[in-house]
Amino acid sequence: MSYVAIKGGKAAIDGAASATEYLRSKGSLDEPLTLAMIEEQLRLLTSRVVSEGGLYHPRLAALALKQFQGDTLEAAFALRAYRSTKPRLLESPVQDTANMRCIRRISSAFKEVPGGQYLGATYDYALRLLQLDLANEDPAAFKAVAKSFLRDTAEGELPDNFPKVIDSLRAEGLLPPVTPSRAAAFDITRDPLVFPVPRSAALATMARAETGGLLAMAYSNMRGYGDVHPTVAELRVGYLPVMLPHPVTGELMEAGEVLVTECEVVAMYEGANGDEMPTFTLGYGACFGHNEVKAISMAILDRALQKGMRDGPGNPSEDPEFVLLHVDGVDSMGFASHYKMPHYVTFQSDMDRLRTTQQKMQQKESEATT
Amino acid sequence: MNAHYELPLEDAGYSFGFLDEYAKKEVRRCILKAISIPGYQTPYASREMPMGRGFGTGGLQLTLSLVGSNDTLKVIDQGSDDSVNAVNLRQFVQMTCPGVDVTEKTEEATLIQSRHRIPEKPLTEAQILVLQVPYPDALVVVEASEARRKTMHGEADYSRLLVKLYEDIVKFDEITISHRYPTRIHGHYIIDPSPIPRWDVPKLHQSKALILLGAGREKKIYAVPPYTHAEPLAFEDVVFSVEDFRDASGNRRICSRCGASDSFLDEFSDEAGEKIYQCSDSAYCDERLARQKTSDQKTNTEVAA
Repeated sequence: MSYVAIKGGKAAIDGAASATEYLRSKGSLDEPLTLAMIEEQLRLLTSRVVSEGGLYHPRLAALALKQFQGDTLEAAFALRAYRSTKPRLLESPVQDTANMRCIRRISSAFKEVPGGQYLGATYDYALRLLQLDLANEDPAAFKAVAKSFLRDTAEGELPDNFPKVIDSLRAEGLLPPVTPSRAAAFDITRDPLVFPVPRSAALATMARAETGGLLAMAYSNMRGYGDVHPTVAELRVGYLPVMLPHPVTGELMEAGEVLVTECEVVAMYEGANGDEMPTFTLGYGACFGHNEVKAISMAILDRALQKGMRDGPGNPSEDPEFVLLHVDGVDSMGFASHYKMPHYVTFQSDMDRLRTTQQKMQQKESEATT
Repeated sequence: MNAHYELPLEDAGYSFGFLDEYAKKEVRRCILKAISIPGYQTPYASREMPMGRGFGTGGLQLTLSLVGSNDTLKVIDQGSDDSVNAVNLRQFVQMTCPGVDVTEKTEEATLIQSRHRIPEKPLTEAQILVLQVPYPDALVVVEASEARRKTMHGEADYSRLLVKLYEDIVKFDEITISHRYPTRIHGHYIIDPSPIPRWDVPKLHQSKALILLGAGREKKIYAVPPYTHAEPLAFEDVVFSVEDFRDASGNRRICSRCGASDSFLDEFSDEAGEKIYQCSDSAYCDERLARQKTSDQKTNTEVAA
């Protein structure tokens, strides 16, 4: 008898690893991808991985993308696993996004906003026509693109930072005043979600959620399984200075900057408690990297979840458990993949139940016919 | 930005047990809580491991938090030491925990990590069994919301689970739960004992070894402490039953390799389409084979003499 159940595990795993590496290098090119190429020219891909990996390290994200041949789920997963080996050194204070060095900043709530609208780098109004001249790009022309952009853009054309649109709405009383929370922010890397969870836990979970998963949930709300009806008060993308306390003096100092996308949506007002003035309601989204669809989805879901936390969920996107336990890419892809592992013991058990049930049915049938 | 960028990875030599010490400490504290409240699902933060969620990251975090250089580890999947996932997990522990011995022999191990099986050989007080868990909550089949399930567990309200079993009997004349059989621990909490077959459920009862269950994705740790009651859910008139390995004429099938008639059998077809039955516990099967060989040799020498 030749069959031995799943033997030779080690050889199989080693073989799979070399087959994968073979596919990475077998193409027509001699040159491997450089990390700089991935980080710079596939910047949105890198953005997605730093965001879903929950670790701001674009160069490691580029490495992960190279290693996993462009699979964003796997790449984000590798960043998370790398992070598991590192202790948490300190808790950062609240960072003020008004200090963001914006590369793009828009509001759809107003024709014009204090500080101005800056479309910046976006494909929003680009015609999605394949640009065939990119197929064989001339390196000299490629270099010239950046040079001519910088030559044509006057220095100091963009202000260092912009006021926040929602601040003016607040000043007018259209939004409720900020009530500073005394509770420390919930750290999802150190505490499990035990429901009900505070809003900070929901925001942190969504900030590193898988983009597609988050979008699907938010889209269900936009389409009709919910009624947020958001207006984008402000969407900004830019470099946020990270302020950390000096190890000796304790004074806040700039430790570096991170690329962040931030979105605030305003939704219709709800009945206020007692004799409070009714106001618009707010949804907030923010994540590492340049990920606008993710930030908007997160803001809409934040609004939906706040409503669900207050009134009880009326649809899936308002249910904190439903949303927060199903949007993580590492969790969901891991579990979907695990079905590829051997399950023959449990299947044996399943067959046992089915055969017994079938036998009983057959017995009953034959008893009925005799 | 320079094209050749040095990554800060000189320190990529990972610390003993891969996880940072704070993470391991947290897991150990949760283990103590889980042992103190038998069957209670203790929430913990659960770190991302470098293998997929669902591949045993919960069990692995337990193992890595417990293992020391004086331990001997056995890793099995589907009962086999050589299944791909078992090999992968064992290699990872060997890579990140230098000095830890590994074994395939159940009796040699101080720590056993397993997916879907409990070894056939009875465990001892000196051993810890770590089971990998995909679904930690037995109530999930009747209640989707975790918040509501938590209340039901607190009140030991398992009526809907009993109704599910009752409906099974009405519909099929059988309890149809094949594996992950709901089991009451120490008279209160009902656990999902991980996807072990019903064959293994009685081994939980009054086990000499500590049994720890880890769900990485669902972020829960729970325990069946040594010498604790573990009762599979059933009725007085419809009792719990394990998998039936009898053939059409009512004879117990035996392992085609070692001849065992007291082990959980894997069923598969050979090239000719014939059904073959073999021990799922590969170490148990190997040991029986080895013993037969030595006794054969003995008989041969006796004959020769």
